[in-house]
Amino acid sequence: MPFTPVVLWTDALLWLLVAAAGAYLWFCSRRPHLAAPWLRVVRSRAAMVSLTLLAGYGTIGLADSLHFRLALPATAAGEAPAYAPQVLSLLDLALVHLRRSEETTYSAPLATRLFTLEEVRQPDGRMVRQYPRLRYGGAQLANEGEWAGDVAKRTLAGLGGALLLWLPLAGLLGPLRRRAPQVPWGAACATLGAMLAIAGPAFALSLAYHVLGTDKVGRDVLYLSLKSIRTSLVIGTLTTLVTLPLAAMLGIAAGYFKGWVDDAIQYLYTTLNSIPAVLLIAAFVLMMQVYIEGHPQLFPTVAQRADVRLLLLCVILGVTNWTGLARLLRGEALKLRELEYIQAAHSFGVSHLRILTRHMLPNVSHIIIISLVLDFSSLVLAEVVLSYIGVGVDPSTISFGIMINAARLEMAREPVVWWSLASAFVFLLVLVLAANLLADAVRDGFDPRVRVGRAAPQGAAG
Amino acid sequence: MLAYILRRVLYAIPILVGVNLVTFALFFVVNTPDDMARMQLGAKRVTQVQIERWKAAHGYDKPLLWNARASGTGRFTDTVFFQKSLRLFVFDFGASEDGRNIAAEIRTRMWPSLALAIPVFLVGLAVNISFALAMAFFRATYLDFWGVVLCVAMMSISTLFYIIAGQFLVAKLWNLVPISGYNTGLHAIKFLILPVAIGVVSGIGAGSRWYRTLFLEEMGKDYVRTARAKGLSEAVVMFRHVLKNAMIPILTGVVVTIPLLFMGSLLMESFFGIPGLGSYTIDAIQAQDFAVVRSMVFVGSVLYIFGLLLTDISYTLVDPRVRLE
Repeated sequence: MPFTPVVLWTDALLWLLVAAAGAYLWFCSRRPHLAAPWLRVVRSRAAMVSLTLLAGYGTIGLADSLHFRLALPATAAGEAPAYAPQVLSLLDLALVHLRRSEETTYSAPLATRLFTLEEVRQPDGRMVRQYPRLRYGGAQLANEGEWAGDVAKRTLAGLGGALLLWLPLAGLLGPLRRRAPQVPWGAACATLGAMLAIAGPAFALSLAYHVLGTDKVGRDVLYLSLKSIRTSLVIGTLTTLVTLPLAAMLGIAAGYFKGWVDDAIQYLYTTLNSIPAVLLIAAFVLMMQVYIEGHPQLFPTVAQRADVRLLLLCVILGVTNWTGLARLLRGEALKLRELEYIQAAHSFGVSHLRILTRHMLPNVSHIIIISLVLDFSSLVLAEVVLSYIGVGVDPSTISFGIMINAARLEMAREPVVWWSLASAFVFLLVLVLAANLLADAVRDGFDPRVRVGRAAPQGAAG
Repeated sequence: MLAYILRRVLYAIPILVGVNLVTFALFFVVNTPDDMARMQLGAKRVTQVQIERWKAAHGYDKPLLWNARASGTGRFTDTVFFQKSLRLFVFDFGASEDGRNIAAEIRTRMWPSLALAIPVFLVGLAVNISFALAMAFFRATYLDFWGVVLCVAMMSISTLFYIIAGQFLVAKLWNLVPISGYNTGLHAIKFLILPVAIGVVSGIGAGSRWYRTLFLEEMGKDYVRTARAKGLSEAVVMFRHVLKNAMIPILTGVVVTIPLLFMGSLLMESFFGIPGLGSYTIDAIQAQDFAVVRSMVFVGSVLYIFGLLLTDISYTLVDPRVRLE
């Protein structure tokens, strides 16, 4: 085999989550009453635009979550194949030209020369201080005067490729509109077109240039930005795996059973809440670092250590995050348990467990969904802050937080190195904005109160 | 009232005990003091003698929970749990890694933190409520729509960007204020004005949108319809009726954060070099000074619980329907 698969913990859990979400949506699609709120969500133009953007991010993130180690060239026939120690992902393979094209230090976007002066030996032996040519960026240009023409040519080629890719997809618009006329497919299609119009030229240019420049050690910023997406998605989604069971079980149980169960659970979440979240996370991460350093034998490779650290960060974010949702669910469960249908279930002798799973859980699921979608963007932003403080992801992980942290020193340079910060800013803003807009649409689609408000518009001036 | 407050204070004790147990478990059970010593001394080539010396110097050389070798109450008091965790209850925080008294440090660093946090809090509250009122007043118009869009966009930007961009533009490019630093007394103003402005701006998005929702919810209620039916102008309805009633949900969210202002702002203080509790905490985290982190966790929890108590008391002040018995 030319490669051996490597399954990191976060990979496995991420794919599990994707499968679970897919199964849930399929389950919903078979039942009109469960499908209805989702249909209300996708009827919103903003939601379709955000979903398209998030699908783009998701594709990159998931492509970056299939890891493997490539086989080294065979030394002798019949020998067991040896594999490279470096763990790569499918995305690394697709962007191999970006990963390999490392310069020595900073270079501006699309530049052909380094950003810093260096001593260069001339053919006649003299040393001259100048901006040396890049090793990869624009290396194909014999004469730098051709730069503008070359960039324009590549941009046009990228746009052409994007158009060729987009046209067949836009052709699907008609059939999709016929199948589901209420969904604003046009908005999704336009967003897709815009994404391709940016991605196409960016890819075409990236074959010969550093589209977004390079960082301090010469790594391509576009590559770093694309790799950061996975870290953000992992933090935003895997935290759910901790938040959801804790909040759902404890929150509903507290509201349903009342009495000492309620007291105990309330005590638990008040205690956790009263510890400032940043400090709790910091304390946990510090202790985790001590543990990891004390037990190096458990984490053989850097990738595995970084991965476990990322996973544990999700766990602790989940532990600090579940209290809000649990409180909401407790309040709702307190109301629900007095309703007739629950009382009826009681008098029929239905067991507590069955009441909780059959009657309570489905009726609070809208709260769970709204809150999980709402949490995503704040978790992504939290990673940035935590990485800045130094209790975020492993320093070897590529993430927006680490990029922005480095940008702090870059902005203090003279002249300013702005491209890392700008790239992280744009990539992060689009991700979080899309998530926020989707969260709004999901809330509008699922919250029964909003629906009532819409059916009967508010008073005179409204 | 007094009885209620007393009961709430008593109720706070088990929560603080819980906080204490959580931090104790985090700091001492997951990793032994030996691990911590190794971390502090640098992971490689550390002899057991050095570790023992470090533990003795920092008071970690005792058993965790039960000292079988001591006699009488010493069995319980001469332990890491009693010395390091229970001492926190009397605000005896001990010394940090560099040997300074943590309690004294907190007392001096509190003031710069407050000098930054209080203006951010007050100005931010005023700005957010004004924006939210404006959006609610012009609801369902383009002004409201674009206001909300702007809010969502602003809350999608990480605080770090506001700080880095603000510091770069105002302090470095335009040279209006010093990049970082701090001074006592009135000289502090020129150091504080930029962090305060950034703190306010970065909070506008989430804050205004939240208050707008509260106002709109309040405006859907019957008393507003009655007020309108009475023929009151929309401005009077907004300011005299809606604003007053919306204070109750606003207070729920706001009062609890007031005591936490003492803790300072982690990011702002470390970026602008303000010697407050926020930068103290960040420095401690980065230097892995567990004693300081532990103390700050405890102080934070006490302040949070105090905030909860304040919230309940403030209800009785603004909402005549609430009586604490």
